Amino acid sequence: MAENRTHAEAAEEFLKDEERTHWHDDTLWHVRTKRDTAAQKLPEWEVLRENASQIKEYVLSHLDELLIQFENNATANGVTVIWAKNAQEHNDHVYRILQENHVKNLVKSKSILTEECGLNHFLEAKGYDVVDTDLGERIIQFNHQVPSHIVMPAIHLKKKEIGDIFHKHLGTDAGADDPQYLTEAARLHLREKFIQANAAITGVNFGIAETGGFVVCTNEGNADMGTHLADIHIACMGIEKLIPRAADLGVYLRLLARSATGQSITNYNSHFHRPSPGKKMYIILVDNGRTEQLGREDFRNSLKCIRCGACMNTCPIYRRSSGFSYGSTVPGPIGSILSPGIDLKKHSTLPFASTLCGSCSDVCPVKINIHEQLYKWRQVIAKEGNPEPAKKWAMKLAGKVLGNPTLYNIMGKSARTALKLSPNSLIYTRFNAWGKKRDLPEVPKESFKEWYKKNRTND
Amino acid sequence: MTSREQILEAIKKYKPAATGLPEHLSYPTLEVDQLIGQFQQSSMLNGGKTIVIKTVEEVSSYLQVHFDKQLQVVSLIPELQGTLDITKILDPHDLEAVELAVLRGTWAAAENAAIWMPEENLVHRALPFIAQHLAVVIESKNLVRDMHAIYEKIKVDEFGYGVFIAGPSKTADIEQSLVIGAHGPRSMTVFLVST
Repeated sequence: MAENRTHAEAAEEFLKDEERTHWHDDTLWHVRTKRDTAAQKLPEWEVLRENASQIKEYVLSHLDELLIQFENNATANGVTVIWAKNAQEHNDHVYRILQENHVKNLVKSKSILTEECGLNHFLEAKGYDVVDTDLGERIIQFNHQVPSHIVMPAIHLKKKEIGDIFHKHLGTDAGADDPQYLTEAARLHLREKFIQANAAITGVNFGIAETGGFVVCTNEGNADMGTHLADIHIACMGIEKLIPRAADLGVYLRLLARSATGQSITNYNSHFHRPSPGKKMYIILVDNGRTEQLGREDFRNSLKCIRCGACMNTCPIYRRSSGFSYGSTVPGPIGSILSPGIDLKKHSTLPFASTLCGSCSDVCPVKINIHEQLYKWRQVIAKEGNPEPAKKWAMKLAGKVLGNPTLYNIMGKSARTALKLSPNSLIYTRFNAWGKKRDLPEVPKESFKEWYKKNRTND
Repeated sequence: MTSREQILEAIKKYKPAATGLPEHLSYPTLEVDQLIGQFQQSSMLNGGKTIVIKTVEEVSSYLQVHFDKQLQVVSLIPELQGTLDITKILDPHDLEAVELAVLRGTWAAAENAAIWMPEENLVHRALPFIAQHLAVVIESKNLVRDMHAIYEKIKVDEFGYGVFIAGPSKTADIEQSLVIGAHGPRSMTVFLVST
């Protein structure tokens, strides 16, 4: 993990395997193109995005009232609502509920919030065997890893590696790597876990204030297999997951899967309101830094995120550096604007892991101005004195040169000459990050200014 | 202060100026005569299959050809006799051996083939997930344009649980290869009764 490394240092690790890097890049770009196809099929796409953004704007500006409304309605529905200020409180509540209900076996469906809270490690330390049931999550759980993508958790692994992991943990044939065969093995293994489970933990995609219910979306049906067979359902929900009305689901369900993978919808979209007779349902509402982010005017829009992952699939940096290089629960562009709010020091290099091309903002279904926020975080970080010394020094020098036309002309000329004359060994040193994995373009003979003077004198 | 009070206090202090909600979330871009075709296409893309039939009786003859009669069938439509009476099942774990569940859909969206099934259509919430195969019968008059149109018609909290099912259980978590039958049904057949 990239605990104390910069994004660039961590990315270097991933880039060592050139073939894998290209595969990762191409695969995610393919998902991005599927998203485009799905979006272009709907003439109302841009209106939907605008509405989705407006509804979330309303949510952020009425969050306290909506949370109370949600709590009242959910409580009236027979659901126990619990509030957690931070990850520790969240984990303690889950543990307490499991203890109170004498839960022995638990299954879990995908929840980025519980990753954020480190729930699995916490429960494992208490002696629980936490079984992740999303196929991708089960794979990385066997492999002692965390998700490298919020929608495709095991996208960093090749099927050969997954075959080896399953051979070790599920006894599949050595060397077998057919996805159909491996999925069938996981199906049989996890069915057993579903049947035995006393409790199921899920995330929440959308909480509905006006009804006190919540929606969970999956393609595998694992959240439903878990919750409907177990007696206890614990739903872990970030406070920003609220929407005011049930009708708003139309907007978000239409956007979510299309943005995520290019599907028109996830195959299962479950609306939970009341527990089945004799069963129990809990909702844990988690803050964990969200209210602080709400207080940051420049960055509060990031709380609109519905976790589709589209910004990751489109990002030229993410595609070529993989999720682990970010060292944060949510990687990619959205992670790079959320994570500095949680720990500015630890995540200070993330806002620089971007070309600021703006593609993330263009594909975001709730219109978060991601690239602008990346730029704003850079300014915050520069003020705090955090960027690497070399970058700081280079920026100062660049500022001087760009601010002085004579100096700029001289520097340009000498750079062109120097680059032409220098041997490669001098150009591609460890000091030149731009020379890694790529060649510099051919040096032009003259500057544009010189060319313009020569060619436009008659005009 | 409790955590609840702290969270609500912080929101009060930090929340931005109040904005309004967009109304009339409706975007009628599909024509009525496109609905069945669009539904079939969406269902196929989701990994499902649509059979357009004239009468519900055709469901029975289709399933007789395509499914092994020796295996457990739960039918929640009166036109088809199942082999297992679900009303006698108290524990959903006893549904583990169900081969085929035949259910009724309440509303379907043409745009993405999502079919709304509230708890009363399922009897046991686990049924459409634990069964090896799923068949859903829906009248074409209950086929509408999109999700907005369905949310206008339903009351999401009328029952304790309700679900939009749009296809079989699927995954692409291994190298993005699509595999049908992750945990739940290995197939989904939709019978669209077009009268």
